[in-house]
Order: sequence, then C-alpha cells, then structure tokens
Amino acid sequence: MIARDPWAAFSRHTPARIALGRTGASLPTDEVLRFALAHAQARDAVHTPFDADGVAAEVESLGFATLRVSSAAPARDIYLRRPDLGRRLSDESRATLAAAAGDPVDLALVVADGLSSAAIHAQTKPFLAAFKPFIAQQGWRLSPVVIASGARVALGDEVGALLKARACVLLVGERPGLSSPDSLGLYLTFDPQVGRTDAERNCISNVRPDGLSFADAAFKLAWHIREALRRRITGVDLKDESDLLLEQGRAPKLLDAG
Amino acid sequence: MAYVHRIGAKSFVFADLKELMAKATPPRSGDMLAGIAAATAEENVAAKMCLAEVPLKAFLSEALVPYETDEVTRLILDSHDGAAFAPVSAMTVGDFRDFLLSHEATSQVLCDLAPGLTPEMVAAVSKIMRNQDLILVAKKCRVVTRFRNTIGLPGTMAVRLQPNHPTDDAAGVSAAILDGLLYGCGDAVIGINPASDSLPVIDRLLKLMDEVITRFEIPTQSCVLTHVTTSIGLMERGAPVDLVFQSIAGTQGANRSFGIDLKVLAEGADAARALKRGTVGQNAMYFETGQGSALSAGEHHGVDQQTLEARAYGVARAFNPLLVNTVVGFIGPEYLYDGKQIIRAGLEDHFCGKLLGVPLGVDVCYTNHAEADQDDMDTLLTLLGAAGVTYIMGIPGADDVMLNYQSTSFHDALYIRELLGLKRAPEFEAWLERMDITAPGGRLLPADARHPLLGYVAGRAA
Repeated sequence: MIARDPWAAFSRHTPARIALGRTGASLPTDEVLRFALAHAQARDAVHTPFDADGVAAEVESLGFATLRVSSAAPARDIYLRRPDLGRRLSDESRATLAAAAGDPVDLALVVADGLSSAAIHAQTKPFLAAFKPFIAQQGWRLSPVVIASGARVALGDEVGALLKARACVLLVGERPGLSSPDSLGLYLTFDPQVGRTDAERNCISNVRPDGLSFADAAFKLAWHIREALRRRITGVDLKDESDLLLEQGRAPKLLDAG
Repeated sequence: MAYVHRIGAKSFVFADLKELMAKATPPRSGDMLAGIAAATAEENVAAKMCLAEVPLKAFLSEALVPYETDEVTRLILDSHDGAAFAPVSAMTVGDFRDFLLSHEATSQVLCDLAPGLTPEMVAAVSKIMRNQDLILVAKKCRVVTRFRNTIGLPGTMAVRLQPNHPTDDAAGVSAAILDGLLYGCGDAVIGINPASDSLPVIDRLLKLMDEVITRFEIPTQSCVLTHVTTSIGLMERGAPVDLVFQSIAGTQGANRSFGIDLKVLAEGADAARALKRGTVGQNAMYFETGQGSALSAGEHHGVDQQTLEARAYGVARAFNPLLVNTVVGFIGPEYLYDGKQIIRAGLEDHFCGKLLGVPLGVDVCYTNHAEADQDDMDTLLTLLGAAGVTYIMGIPGADDVMLNYQSTSFHDALYIRELLGLKRAPEFEAWLERMDITAPGGRLLPADARHPLLGYVAGRAA
C-alpha cells in the first residue's frame, strides 16, 4: 500500500525529512507519528518548568558562585505573550542584584531559560565545563553566575549593568525546532545597558551535541570575548574570524597569545 | 476626528480612525501587546458597528500613518486611481462588504476595482467580515502573473519548493529539490532561505538551481531569499538571478529596519527586469510579509498589525511581483497566539492581498512556542485552498530544518490538489507529465529508481 521513494539514500546529505514515501497523496502512518513525537518533544521543551535549583547546583559543582533572579513575567503563558516583561527584572531581583554588586568585573555570566528550558537543563553544565579553562587562562574577573527564569536575551543588559560588568555573556534556550528541541544560544554584549539592540550583540547558535560542539562553542565565545574587550565593541561590527584559528578544523584548547 | 457609537445607554468613543480600526480588529495578541486592542468583547463589536458606517472616502482624507513622514502612505495615496474607485466611492465600509459579496461583484468587476482601493479600505472591510466572507470574496479575485510559467489561473494553485539546509550544503539542497520535484512541487519558485549571507555561498546556490532548471528545462524560476542589495550586487557580478527577493512591511520605519526603502526596491526590480530571464513574462519580484513586523521594529504608529500588513501589499503591488506571501505564523505567539488567531490572520491576509490585486500566497505555518499544531495547519490550508490561494510552501515533511518552524509539506500540496482538484501552473503540469513524474490528470506516478533526476543528483552529490 505504501509507495516507497527510491531516493532514500540521499537522506545522508540532509536532516530534512525527504523520501518519506506516501499512501495515495498522504503520509504513511509511521511518518505522521514520528512527526507528532518530534512536535511533542519541542512543545515540552518550551513548557517544561525551569529547574533553576538543579541548574544552580550544577553550576556550583563546577566551582562558580551563583545568584538567582526572575524576570517581570509572572507565568509562562504571560512570558510567551509579553516579550517585554521577559526583558526586565522583577523588582525583587533588581534589588537582589543591586545588593550583590561589588567591584566592577570583566564578565557577567547569565543562564536564561528562554524558549527551551530543556536546552538549559541539558547543555549548561557541559558547556560551562568546556568554557571554564578560558576564563582561567585569560584571567577574566567574573561576577557570580546569574540563573534567570522567565528570561529573554535582553534581560542580560540589566543584569550586566547592575553587576558593573564590561561585557555580558548570556546562555539561553533557543526557540526549539522540530529536529533540535534542546539547542543552546550564546549572546555576547559589550557594555551591557538597558536599551541595547540585537544589532549590538554577537550570537553563537545551535550549541548542542548534534550541532556546534561544546569545545568549538567555548573557543568561539572566548575569541569573541577577548576581541570585544580589546576592541570595546560587539555586534555587526565585530565579525567572526575565529574560524581562521581552527587547527585542522578543530578548536584549540586555549586562545593563542595573539 | 472622534468616532462615537451608542449601544443602549452606553457610548463608545474612538479618538480617531486608527483607534477605531484597531478596536474593530478581531482579537490577537500583537494588538494587545501594543496596547491598542479593544478592552472588552462588546467594545470590539461596537467598533465594528461604528466602522461599518464610515465612508470609504474617509480613508483618502484621514491617513492612519502621517503622509508627511511616511513614504508608504505617500505611495498609497499618490497612486490611488480615482476613476477605478468611482463605482464604490459613495459606499460605507458596511455597504462595501455587502457589495463584495453580491453577485454583481464579479471577477472582472473586482479586477477593475483593485487600483481604486487602498490597503486601509480593504483592511477595514475585512474587519467586519467573517471567515466565510473572506473566503468567498477572495475566491472571486483573479491575479495572474508570469515569469517562466503562468501563476494564478482559476482552478490552479502553485507551490514554492523550499529546500533549505542548515549549512547551505549543495548535496543537501539538491536532495530536497529532487524530493520536491518528484512530489510534483516547485511551480511557484524553487526558493532557498540561505543560512549564510556570504556572497560566494549565495552565488553557488543560484548556480546550483540555474543548472537544474536549465538541464531539465523546467518551466519555473529560482530565488535565493537574501537582501535586495545582495541580489543587486550578485546581478552586477553576473549571477543567474531570476527573482529578486525582499521582506517588506507597511511603514517606512519598519522597512528601514529591514534596511530598505522604496527606491532600493525599484533598483532591484529594474535590475531583475533588465536581465529578461523570464520567458512568458517579467514579473520578477518576490516579497514576504507578516503581521507584527512593524510592531516588532517599534514602527507601528499605533496602527493595528492587520492594517499595516495590508499596507505592505500596497508596497508590493507597486513593483509588479510574481509572488507575495505572508509568513503568517512565523513571527510567534506574541503577535498571533494560537491556531485560531493564525487561521483568521491567514484568511485576512489572503483576502486583502487578492482584493488589492497582489498574487498572494500563504506560508501556512507556526512555531513551537505557539499554541498550534499540524491540525491547525490542515484547517488553514483547506480554507485557503477553497479561497483560491495563489501558492503555498512545500517543505520536506513540513519541517524547515534551517529556520526551525513548521509549514506545509509536499504531501500537504498533494492532499489539497486531491481534495479540491487544484492544478499546477499549466507549463509545469505539462513538464511533470513529460518527465513521467505525473500521469495525465496530475496524480503522481510510482517513482522510478532510474529517473534521470535521480541520476543527476547522485552525480552531483558524489
């Protein structure tokens, strides 16, 4: 009954759902259910409650201090309708950060649930483990890692400003795709201030075991931070040249002296 | 000028036409986000009742976005055709709805009327129309465009073959093109959203598509959906550009946030036409739009997102495009929250575009953080098929692995053809038959492992 497509071998060239076969004009049962499962997983990634305690414990196990904040969005459904609330701290969290701020630092690290708490749960610890050696090598001064719930990317601007950071690095759960429900994004903003636009940030996307590896992402981020602090800029004018430094296509373990 | 409507003892006051339009709009999250939506269900209907009594002429004298500071408003009002408008010039918005649904409003009458209508007029009437009204009137509109085939003929629906790949890999893109062609899709355009904005990468994608189209003499056109200035640069370098793409919006400020203005669109259109790559016509522009883009850019002037979307079609029609599509559910739940809002918006956008004389297709789609699923897409696709949509998207398995959203698939296109008897663009339909991909009548033939397209892609991928 099912007409199979004789070009299934081409599937090795693309993650796209090609050569699915058909029954009449329609998808075979297996494919309808496979798609439904992928969509269910992506939906769950959006709606899985953020385990801030668990993430904080993992981050602390790597030797980082942590702080907990939440955005002005009180609930997930409001968060989805009101991106403006996810970009601002709650009054309580603003007070927390203001009280916690000490001397100026080089970097504020923010871990934000974004649109996929599943991504944060899965990728935060292995990514930070890969990134930590670069912090030590470069001698960057860090504020405690801020674990932020109900957060959008721009929340990092207010966090970074309150913690007197020269630059803010925000790890965020990216909008889940059907074939990538747990993808981490990294946003770097020099001189974080409320009102920064996305054109003033650099983004490293698709960080996950099947996408950009933790080692490559950590190297790329470290390269961007060093250049941002040196050139005092992020965004469209800071072009990614880190690929030029790969050794046989692989990221070096540390930055060179350059 | 303030508008007032009384229901019993209650008075509803609307400060001006744009407030009245916003409050008359069927509920959606984007207008709520902007703080311009009706506060209650009753206020929403009061605004519709009030809007129904507004003369169409009011839209020629009361600009919703200031004429002095917005070139889209100037384009709309300066190009308004008073003679074409004459037959409906005495009507109110409510009369206009009745007229559109009447048997007197034939396809020819609506065609002749289009240059006399402004986006604000069609947006206004859409707000007091139910879904069935939007479907019935859109079905009567005829918009036919041509490049290497003929798109928009009655009883046809075209499909954009969208073979995106997360790293623009040539073999991956080719595999998806093959999949689409062998499923009978690709008459609207073979159109790639590139992951990269690097010129050499885009140039390579253009050549890849040009080679397939030339080698197999496919009566269709290609497009890489990159910025208009990038396409202009590529044409200067001699790249094989068929259609010039651009995302557009309904205000000057929102267009500026896309890095464009009307002048650069004109440059792109002129450059594409000058190449004369079309064989049966020279409609050489491809535009995408979507409700919420102006609000997203902070350039909405307090005007509701559906009206601004219609104004984007006003921009599009000035450049005689081959294709225009709304990407209706792509922008996210803060603009269209759920399946119900996406379905309504898709029908509105299609109606407004068609009534303005624009070849409107719809990317029937949603993201994973919206309250929607493939059942909602089936519903919208079926309604749009009934409404005579110009084209839809065809994506392998409905899963765009580059843009991370779900649209319609090659199978979905087969479904709607099977259900409603919709044909492809005639030149493309004949090609499929010639290539032994379809049988007479348009149904797919069993796939043959020795098909020359398979050999070609295998050779290219090796």
